[in-house]
Amino acid sequence: MAESCTCSCSCGRDASEILIFPCSGASNVGQIANQAGVELTKAVVGKMFCLAGIGAHVGSFVESAKGAKRIVAIDGCPVQCAKKTLEHAGVTITDYVVVTEEGIDKNRNLNLAAEDVNKICTKIRASLGIS
Amino acid sequence: MDIKVLGPGCKKCKELEKAVHKAVDEIGLDAAVEKVEDMDKITGYNVLMTPGLVINGKVKVFGRVPKHKDIIRYIKEEM
Ligand code: SF4
Repeated sequence: MAESCTCSCSCGRDASEILIFPCSGASNVGQIANQAGVELTKAVVGKMFCLAGIGAHVGSFVESAKGAKRIVAIDGCPVQCAKKTLEHAGVTITDYVVVTEEGIDKNRNLNLAAEDVNKICTKIRASLGIS
Repeated sequence: MDIKVLGPGCKKCKELEKAVHKAVDEIGLDAAVEKVEDMDKITGYNVLMTPGLVINGKVKVFGRVPKHKDIIRYIKEEM
């Protein structure tokens, strides 16, 4: 059997040690957070994880998150839903970004600008020390 | 007790299988550790990443090889 594979296994560049939890809220900033999680997963910086699974206190999700080396939370705005959800389940955040604190205003326009998503990705990469 | 290690056969899956055998031996449990390599079957357990550890039908952890003490805890939870 192959030592490396293309499935969603946690081998390879150990992206699974870095779990990414966007708030995925119903506003531009929530969706920018979500898209940043998608882009960082595609770029194998880390792996996007189900925040709703943590919110639902699904045992295996919480256990799996607790063992990760880095927990990245991305919140759209200062309401901090991702941060509060993770903390409520006892998962310690190591890297944290709030989209509105990066000069992006919250609104209802879901046509996201790629530059806004990139800005958040860059911020997280810098926090993780991954260029 | 029904113990399954989910994984297509890469490095971490093998590591988990070995670690589970070690824990089972240490506890002195008479349980078989089944390796599930079929991706369709693995997907059926709703794990986001492999490897995964399933005990008595319950997914305990996935995406990493847990510490020895945690594997012991997962087994004992089902005893
Ligand atoms: S942090 Fe803000 S944008 Fe994200 S889900 Fe909560 S209220 Fe919505």
